[in-house]
Amino acid sequence: MTDAKHVIVIGAGHNGLACAAYLAKAGRRVTVLEAAGQVGGAAVTREFAPGFRVSACAHFSYLLDARIAKELELARHGLATARADLRTVSLQPADEHLVLNGGTVEAGRVNEADRAALAAHHAAMLKFARVLGRQHHRIPPRLLGGGRSNAIGAALLAWDIRRLGRDDMREFLRVAGINIFDIVEESFESPALKAALAFDAVLGTNLSPRANNSMLALLHRLSGQASGTAGGVSLPAGGMGAVSEAFAKAATAAGATLRLSAPVKQIALNGDRVAGVVLESGETLAADVVVSNADPKRTLLELLGARHLETGFVHRIRHFRTKGMAAKLHLALDSLPGFPRLPAALAGERLVIAPDLVYLEHAFDAAKYGETSPQPALEISIPTVHDRTLAPAGKHVLSAVVQYAPYVAEASTDAARAQLLENTLNVLESYAPGIRGKVLASQLLLPADLEREFRLTGGHWHHGELALDQMLMLRPVPGAAQYAMPVDGLYLCGAGTHPGGGVMGCAGRNAAQAVLRAERA
Amino acid sequence: MPQNTYDAIVVGAGHNGLTNATYLARSGLKVLLLERNPWIGGAAVSREIEKGWTYSNCSYVCSLLRPEIFRDLELARHGLQVVPYGGGVTLTSRGDILGSYADHELKRREFARHNAHDGDAYDRYSTEVMRQCKFIRPLLLRTPPDPTSLRPRDIREMIFLSKEFRKLGEQVIYDTIRFYSMSIADYLGEFFESDLIKAALSGSGIIGTALGPYSPGTAYVLLHHYMGDVDGSIGSWGFARGGMGAVSKALASAFKSFGGEIVTDADVVRVLVSGNRVTGVACANGNEYRAKTVVSNLDPKRTFTKLFDPRDLNADFVKRARNFKIRGSSGKLNIALDGLPEFPALGKDNPLRFGDMHFLESLAQVERAYDDWKNGTWSKLPYLDLLIPSMTDPTMTPAGKHWMSVFVQYVPSTIQGKPWTDEDRNGFKNTVLDMIGRYSPNFKSLVRHVEVRTPDIIENEVGLTDGNIFQGDLSLDQMLFNRPFPGFAQYRGPKKGFYLCGSGTHPGGGVMAAPGANAAREILHDLRRPNLVPEGWHDD
Repeated sequence: MTDAKHVIVIGAGHNGLACAAYLAKAGRRVTVLEAAGQVGGAAVTREFAPGFRVSACAHFSYLLDARIAKELELARHGLATARADLRTVSLQPADEHLVLNGGTVEAGRVNEADRAALAAHHAAMLKFARVLGRQHHRIPPRLLGGGRSNAIGAALLAWDIRRLGRDDMREFLRVAGINIFDIVEESFESPALKAALAFDAVLGTNLSPRANNSMLALLHRLSGQASGTAGGVSLPAGGMGAVSEAFAKAATAAGATLRLSAPVKQIALNGDRVAGVVLESGETLAADVVVSNADPKRTLLELLGARHLETGFVHRIRHFRTKGMAAKLHLALDSLPGFPRLPAALAGERLVIAPDLVYLEHAFDAAKYGETSPQPALEISIPTVHDRTLAPAGKHVLSAVVQYAPYVAEASTDAARAQLLENTLNVLESYAPGIRGKVLASQLLLPADLEREFRLTGGHWHHGELALDQMLMLRPVPGAAQYAMPVDGLYLCGAGTHPGGGVMGCAGRNAAQAVLRAERA
Repeated sequence: MPQNTYDAIVVGAGHNGLTNATYLARSGLKVLLLERNPWIGGAAVSREIEKGWTYSNCSYVCSLLRPEIFRDLELARHGLQVVPYGGGVTLTSRGDILGSYADHELKRREFARHNAHDGDAYDRYSTEVMRQCKFIRPLLLRTPPDPTSLRPRDIREMIFLSKEFRKLGEQVIYDTIRFYSMSIADYLGEFFESDLIKAALSGSGIIGTALGPYSPGTAYVLLHHYMGDVDGSIGSWGFARGGMGAVSKALASAFKSFGGEIVTDADVVRVLVSGNRVTGVACANGNEYRAKTVVSNLDPKRTFTKLFDPRDLNADFVKRARNFKIRGSSGKLNIALDGLPEFPALGKDNPLRFGDMHFLESLAQVERAYDDWKNGTWSKLPYLDLLIPSMTDPTMTPAGKHWMSVFVQYVPSTIQGKPWTDEDRNGFKNTVLDMIGRYSPNFKSLVRHVEVRTPDIIENEVGLTDGNIFQGDLSLDQMLFNRPFPGFAQYRGPKKGFYLCGSGTHPGGGVMAAPGANAAREILHDLRRPNLVPEGWHDD
């Protein structure tokens, strides 16, 4: 036991826990240090009002890696699904609501041509997303140098694109770098359908539908699976915190030690090699390897310190784009809100308020100047329809991603929060008349709040924007995309590394492999 | 050869059509160039609208024209002279100026005057942008490879490209990938702090582009405006003496010297097809011309939706052509002036007054100008690129008089989906004149005539769909092997013997002549004739 290398993992987010589990399984002595009093990072279930619990940041599971779930036996460790294969219901202000199930229109005023186009679009997107999905378990290759494993990695990536076949490869190369706006405008007529599809591409990003890169964000979103459905969305029993708890049990079962309420103050060096960490409490822990689940900026600029890094590298890290644009709304409701024209059976599906492209674009326009969206777009979950453990009997919880909410300076957050809450409730009231009267308690987390609550620099829940210039071998920055940092013994394992955000676990698994591979080398 | 029968017919006498036709003629082919207008030049044209004044009606400055072609076709001997204007200036509403000097050291000091950090940043910035220019310049006169193809030519070209890439070194490769996909605002944010400096530099990222400075993809557009040169000075811009029509005139002269024939007032309405190959073209007046090779200088959308009988083309291909992104976002005012307007902030003798002038405060101002376009109207505070070419080239106007060229970004092709009315056009004109008037008190009293060029007018006159000045958006999905459509980036159309040679093909818009030359290389290759087209050279 004492001979085994000691690895410290900073942060018990799902990726930190996954990394710890794999390293412990490989026989390493692993200690996970978590600043908060519970595990999970941004995949966490919290009580936001007495008796009401909610997935406090991420609220749906759509990317959880099937291989990791199997390898770490997450089901045996308690992970269950409250509801699989959620439909998307795009609420319409005055028309029949649009109900989408993958590539099928189940309800809504959509013509035959659009229905056929949707089936084709969905199939094509899944096919292209699979190219990204195949990269999830790979350490991104460097484009020059780095020896044989890199050359093989680069060749595999090229082959994954190539094997799409001539026509699909051409289409993939055409659409991968551009925007969802042009794609839906090319293929569809229904404004509601266009907007519902476009919203998926900009969810959680700092992009408007017209902005290039939004296709890539969509493909990322579709690159995984949920409950066996590619591109599906599901609701874990007990909220997203239950996913993290399953990861934590897997890690401890493999032998990792978990310490909560143990915030790390500093990564300690011995010469130019990692020596361990110093906790806020002053306690020093020695380690051979430190893996950080914290975001890249926090890890390198705060915990390590820019003075230990080369200037050009620091420059790149500083410009890693981490400003969040999505806020999170939690409402404790006295009873289930009523949405006119929506069958009650559909109230627990994934509800979307983004009636047309102009609505989305205008919501973004305000935010890009640092102003509050007058009419934000929403992704809504009422998890209590499927999961009664989250609220007192008869009561409900509404959880919504609110876009767009610019990152504003600490001083003006209170005013911005009040304004955005008011705007959001007004939008909700227009789709669910009477909902304001049912609100028992509310909580709105702006990007600045997410930054504070979950220690996410900039409040971006993917740790950093998912764009062409911040993906694969460019994530978080060139020279740090292979999980190993320029300081010996220091690794990153969070969403700020490949393959990015979403509760997936792959970054943690890949980082563990990078650690093990470096030992062998 | 019977009458009305040629080896090759080129439709459209824009600068690319002229370049293409010239190379074909030089190879010994019998070439006919057909032009719809009574004049040649497409968007590289000089015309007298107000008596005594010559305007460069569309494109107005010159830098991108490939030096290889300029020398190879001896355009100087055919009368083309490009005079660099050296720099420019940005005026702010507070009366401050930001000089953009051609001299690096002067410019660095000017930036430092506004923000000490940004002076140093300018050194880094110009090094990086120059590196990108040097990377792309040798690729402009090459046919893009098809990455899905295993033909030896494509594989050879892919190897060439990857070698060029490797030469950059690992870190610069990453920078290059980032550069091609970032927004100009993010890119400039990595260097500069001053909002004014960022706003001034952002202009090159949005000219002619239906995107705002915050939109990813605009950093490349900046490169597209930096990669040219005047007499080897990369990034410099100049005036063609006699207006941009001088470029077309010189090319036409070269074309005729090789025996080429130009017919104007010949509005081609149909490409004639027999089976899987083209046989000639038909004009609106009923004239038909025959050739086994037909080349279109028109934009890809217009070419395939207007010149072809849709029944002759595959439905998917027609859809591709219809969906080709070619959005109009720019307008122009050509103004005849009775004297030289004064810009008090600039001073009478400041040499910067010979260059381009901008009125800017911040990046947000430019982004809001784009918001207006998105909302279907012209920008209320537009981005202007203003020049007085007659100060450099007195042949353009009567003595003591001047011509002002004002490029305006953003201007939509329709007003909230409806056609432009005279009232709209007047409103647009006044928006621009008022803006200039705020910086030049005597300007309005000197205005003698104004030619208002909105995208719909440009479309009707020049033929550019939607008035898009680049013959198609310069976005990643329409660049390199994707331009104009994936699988059709090597200048060949879907019918045997049919080719595209306009800016809608690689390497895109600007008075560059590269698409026309590249298309000629492919045609000569198909006709099994020796290649005469230069392949591009590396800068020292």
